[in-house]
Amino acid sequence: MSKDAILGAIRRGLRRGELPEDQKAMLRARMAAPPRHLIPARSRVSRPEQIALFVANIEKEFGSVERIPDLDAVPAAIADYLAAQNQPPRFAMAPNPELQGIDWSSRPMLQFEARKGLPDDVVSLQSAFAAIAETGTLMLPSAPIRPTTLNLLPDVAMVLVRASRIVGAYEEAWDLLRAEQKDALTGGFMPRNVMLVTGPSRSADIEQTLELGAHGPRMLHVLLLDDDPAALAGS
Amino acid sequence: MAGPSQDSPVLATSPQFKENARRAMADPGLQKALTTAKGAFLQRRAAAVGRLPEFERLREIGRDIKNHAIANLDFYLETYATNVERAGGKVHWCSTPDEARAAVLKICRDAGARTVTKGKSMISEELGINDHLERHSIAPIETDLGEYIIQLRKETPSHIIAPAFHLNREDWEESFRQMHTDLPKDRVFHERRDLLTEARSRLRGKFLAADVGITGANFLIAETGSSVIVTNEGNGDLTQTLPRVHIALASIEKCVPTLEDATSLLRLLARSATGQDFSVYTTFSTGVRREGDLDGPQEYHVVLIDGGRSDMIGTEFQDMLRCIRCAACMNHCPVYGATGGHAYGWVYPGPMGAVLTPSLIGVEKSGHLPNASTFCGRCESVCPVKIPLPNLMRHWREREFERHLRPGALRTNLDIWAWFAKRPGLYRAATRLAIGTLGLFGRNKGAFRKLPLAGGWTEGRDLPVPQGGTFMAQYKKRQRAEALRR
Repeated sequence: MSKDAILGAIRRGLRRGELPEDQKAMLRARMAAPPRHLIPARSRVSRPEQIALFVANIEKEFGSVERIPDLDAVPAAIADYLAAQNQPPRFAMAPNPELQGIDWSSRPMLQFEARKGLPDDVVSLQSAFAAIAETGTLMLPSAPIRPTTLNLLPDVAMVLVRASRIVGAYEEAWDLLRAEQKDALTGGFMPRNVMLVTGPSRSADIEQTLELGAHGPRMLHVLLLDDDPAALAGS
Repeated sequence: MAGPSQDSPVLATSPQFKENARRAMADPGLQKALTTAKGAFLQRRAAAVGRLPEFERLREIGRDIKNHAIANLDFYLETYATNVERAGGKVHWCSTPDEARAAVLKICRDAGARTVTKGKSMISEELGINDHLERHSIAPIETDLGEYIIQLRKETPSHIIAPAFHLNREDWEESFRQMHTDLPKDRVFHERRDLLTEARSRLRGKFLAADVGITGANFLIAETGSSVIVTNEGNGDLTQTLPRVHIALASIEKCVPTLEDATSLLRLLARSATGQDFSVYTTFSTGVRREGDLDGPQEYHVVLIDGGRSDMIGTEFQDMLRCIRCAACMNHCPVYGATGGHAYGWVYPGPMGAVLTPSLIGVEKSGHLPNASTFCGRCESVCPVKIPLPNLMRHWREREFERHLRPGALRTNLDIWAWFAKRPGLYRAATRLAIGTLGLFGRNKGAFRKLPLAGGWTEGRDLPVPQGGTFMAQYKKRQRAEALRR
């Protein structure tokens, strides 16, 4: 069987047999408590600075950010943004209680459906699980409340990010996932899919020149909900 | 190490490297494309590295992580496979390219597939998957923009992260007009964006119609059983999200222990590759669609390929298994910059290809590649996992020499040189004579445009007329002068 052939060839190359049980136990322990390697200093700063770094990085990567004080401000922010971008006031929204619980009546012009993304969608609204200041990256684990297609199919992807969920480095976001997520199928913490998204889709395949909007969204707009008092202090 | 255990299913023109290179250097279109592209990569990488003061320290960490993973690869692969299966996926262990092609075909047939979308994957090129599927009446559709045009033009990638590195905008326009015949013939492509938009709308429908999506994998994570892809376009994600079946192709050395290990390597990858701090989409796939999920594939297969890697373990070429396919080495290589990727004649070009190709298809077919190096060392200096590429190329040269694969004239000349070099007195006398003669003949010229027996050398450059005696003569003179000063 090829599995045995491959493992056998690896062991021959390493000049040993199967690892003895005590060494396996050490490697299992390394996986159970993964050693954390060097984390760049750039994200180890005060909370307000971390938020500022996140915003600066989103903008550097051709995304846009609007800070809002609370969930009630979401409808107006979306309506104004879509109008300013000449986009239709219609969007597919993640079937997420947090988003569905918003009082949308203040902007009756906005139309939305709570569902997964469809090929002809122009605009979507997603909610991030966490975000990473280090590079302005959104963490979007798949779940019934967070369909992957909403991150990919529309032209304009809008994502709600809570300031309290912005961490400095990727490793801290993995910690949140490990602590908070339980996958029913595996008993572990990884859902089917975790997307780390940094800016809108792009390609430099034509003469190594950057163009936005390859197969995914041409625009990425973050609604940053200022729900973290520590992050607001001094800002 | 024995030779590669299996013939490559992909035709190698590596034995004709010299002719390939000559043709490439005389191709004005290619030279234009190379000139346009080269500088951009270097500047972007340098800027990204400059923004991260810890980069050098991270390179050492990256090297150590990969070394640890390879030293325990059997254990981590078994752990990885167990975790994939726990998440409802299936791992297909394949020793050879043939086994891998058969595994992919069977999955596609079982799925009743007529069309298959593909994300960019170099291992897929190595396996020749597209040809294999086509021969069995399944249509593969490349969706990465660069791979898409390559497929339209029936070419192969000339760069491992920028497949259309060798093409100019005019080539894109020409191919799009030729192949997208249902669109108005007189349409105008004002900007590159128009090309992008046309490809995007062409491919949208294909993503939806495909029965199977095939991607590669930048990393496999043992801890979680995840495969990781890194893209900018989003095509890889559409490929692995929309069809009912997802196949991830991965070679065995992609496996790392934990998310933390992969994360450290990801900090190196995009910076070294495109000069981005992070790629747009870094996606971790773990098994099948979960209960209640509204999207995602219902089947998840990993085709895990050895293809000659395990034979490299325990040899001087083991370090090459650290490679994370960023392409920094070829972006910084003067030889790649002059010839482009196709001249190398197989799947992997540049310095990493010059080391890997002999391991995977045999040095007798690809001995020119490790010789196509100036040993300037830039590749090693930018490698994110510190692979000693020039040293590994040197090992191939030694093996090639030992196996008498070099032409007779070269061996004879080296033997003559060695005979003199072992006799310093004679050697100095001979060089004195040669330099004296050349100096005499060239005293009014400054440089020779042509020299008897050295036509190959002077074809591309002039030989300066020697001045001031041999190295040893100058060295002695200087020593004497210094002794007098003291």
